[in-house]
Amino acid sequence: MDEKETGLMVMDAAEATPRMAPAGAATGAAAPAGAVEVRPTPVLVIRSGRKWMGFELPDLWAHRDLFYFLAWRDVKVRYQQTVLGVAWAVLQPLLTMVIFTVLFGRLAHVPSDGEPYAIFSYAGLLPWNFFNTAVGNSSNSLVGNANLITKVYFPRLVIPGAAVGAALVDFLIAAVILFLMMMGYGVAFTPRLLMFPVLTILTTVVALGVGMWMSALNVKFRDVRYALPFALQVCMFVTPIIYPVSFVPAGWRWLLQLNPLTGIIEGFRDAIFGRPFDWPALALAAVVSAGLLIYAAYVFRRMELEFADII
Amino acid sequence: MWPIIRAENLSKRYRIGERVVYHTLRESLMRTATAPSRWLAGRAARRAANTGQASAEQYVTALDDVSFEVQPGEVLGIIGRNGAGKSTLLKILSRITDPTQGQVELYGRVGSLLEVGTGFHPELTGRDNIFLSGAILGMRRAEIARKFDEIVAFAEVERFIDTPVKRYSSGMYVRLAFAVAAHLEPEILLVDEVLAVGDAAFQKRCLGKMGDVARDGRTVLFVSHNMASIESLCRSCMIVRGGRIEAIGAPAAMVARYMTSELIRDHGARDLLTHPGRTRRSTVLMKRVRVRSGSDGVDGGAKMGAGLAVEVTFAAPTPIRPILAVTIKTAHGAPIFGVSNRWTRQGYDQAPVSEGVISCNFARLPLMPGTYMLDLYLGDFGDQTRDLDIIVDAVALEIFPADIFGTGMIPRPMDGPVFCDASWSLASAGPAH
Repeated sequence: MDEKETGLMVMDAAEATPRMAPAGAATGAAAPAGAVEVRPTPVLVIRSGRKWMGFELPDLWAHRDLFYFLAWRDVKVRYQQTVLGVAWAVLQPLLTMVIFTVLFGRLAHVPSDGEPYAIFSYAGLLPWNFFNTAVGNSSNSLVGNANLITKVYFPRLVIPGAAVGAALVDFLIAAVILFLMMMGYGVAFTPRLLMFPVLTILTTVVALGVGMWMSALNVKFRDVRYALPFALQVCMFVTPIIYPVSFVPAGWRWLLQLNPLTGIIEGFRDAIFGRPFDWPALALAAVVSAGLLIYAAYVFRRMELEFADII
Repeated sequence: MWPIIRAENLSKRYRIGERVVYHTLRESLMRTATAPSRWLAGRAARRAANTGQASAEQYVTALDDVSFEVQPGEVLGIIGRNGAGKSTLLKILSRITDPTQGQVELYGRVGSLLEVGTGFHPELTGRDNIFLSGAILGMRRAEIARKFDEIVAFAEVERFIDTPVKRYSSGMYVRLAFAVAAHLEPEILLVDEVLAVGDAAFQKRCLGKMGDVARDGRTVLFVSHNMASIESLCRSCMIVRGGRIEAIGAPAAMVARYMTSELIRDHGARDLLTHPGRTRRSTVLMKRVRVRSGSDGVDGGAKMGAGLAVEVTFAAPTPIRPILAVTIKTAHGAPIFGVSNRWTRQGYDQAPVSEGVISCNFARLPLMPGTYMLDLYLGDFGDQTRDLDIIVDAVALEIFPADIFGTGMIPRPMDGPVFCDASWSLASAGPAH
């Protein structure tokens, strides 16, 4: 069709002509002398063969209310028809902590950098549980919301994002227990605790990265559903949750540090116990997390195009 | 006027099985592992393999090089058989799936309503679901809050607004779901056969609401199998057949054309196994229907005043003594009359059968020329409380003009869809000469 399409502009003419016509026919009918219509800019152009269309962050931002409601739905539905309700968010890490404290702290005498083992392990379990729940939920989130994906458009990133958001709520509730425990054990609150929100954001970034990556893979390869829980279990042991980094021979620590959760969890412990931060380790964790997130978002955006057709 | 939608050469192909078979990781790993050897095997071989893979049989073309324009304020009906590509077209326009070829320019925000209750969660209350579903359909939170009371009133669920929707009746559920969607305010609204659900009164209100939408100057694309609503709502209509646009024009003309072509295609016989008009609680028992005229042997049609047989092939898991009811309706869906052997008790004393053909024979069908639709009902004399299988608009019937009175005169169509025999007598009141 011509850039300067004219005609069918005068009201009478528009009324007299069929208001709809196949594109070819309209072209033929157009182009009498007269005003040249300025071609408006499309709000949206849908093209075939798109492979990569950027991260489209403004589109994502425009759907922030949807993100909120999906996360809110997940939180609300999760504790529907349970007797204990949100208390489960606290009970899960708390009970694990008790078991770990008895098993590893008392019986196996795993060192805890000289801190009370209960708080030491809870400080590791708190971000780990968040990561574990977030990744577990978001990896199944796309498949679980297949009915939405095939029936309505919105940036698909919102779905695994909301699953991580819902897990974050649990994390924040469970964090309250941490502060209560600190008071109970007489661990002093230091200004280093101000790093807590930053570390939380870092954990969210890692969870989001792994979560959205796995969710996209799960659409195409349902193997993810079976492989992931196992991988997460392995991952728990290569993350310093039940033991401190200092427990690992110095020559091997760098390997452990490649896992961004290592730096983050040690960071949480430094913040809680008021110890100086291991800034290089934190910086490495931040870089790895950010790289992971960007890579995952890239993979996701590329695979997103065919979600509706293969889910 | 510049169009609000411009679609150029749109095509959509699906690889066969793409929607059913999941790729397994192993398959992909194998392909990755064998990639080097395939690469070494040489370019020619690879090309052969590629063309082999892309051969026509591997793909289904859902949409085939479709171009059209829609003007702002247009209400465009889209009709066509199942699988013609109507829904694929709406899915492309609503960005759910990408076209394989071609492009669309949209000069307005798009809202789509491809399903009633998208995103509804059974555990959540009506109130929660209004916000959730509204957000999923693309509304902002403030916008939903503003329209909340209106939505609740439209759905008539005020008393149950804080009850989980899993406890709603199906009617309430559908009303609430549609009420949310009906309050969307996009510039372009895409609607896919959602009015097929819900009770008649509510359907009418939905149609009214959509009429309001259209009067506001918004553009609506509306897929439906309900010809009456296409004719009453739309200003133009598109027939889609085999992934292509067959015709675009005035709704009445398009509906007539579509129904006639459907008739020719079906030759008065129609497979009922996957009929879109089957009601939700039906069990698939009616397999096939054949409509043929007794006198002329024309399938799918009859001359005025000729006899007609409606033959329904059925198969039931347990033997039944079948009751067949046939309702004949105008093309717009208004019932004219119905017949059933429930009332005549024909076949009541027969031994139960699990398979067979039950026929309903009209000796002389009193219908005016035109297109009619038949609803079919199958029941069982053995258990008359249960409706086994109901299909709305099961098959079309064409009545051709005929010189029934042998005078060359035909009754006027404006007198209604039915003609009737009558005799006249004249009694003279005055003296005869």
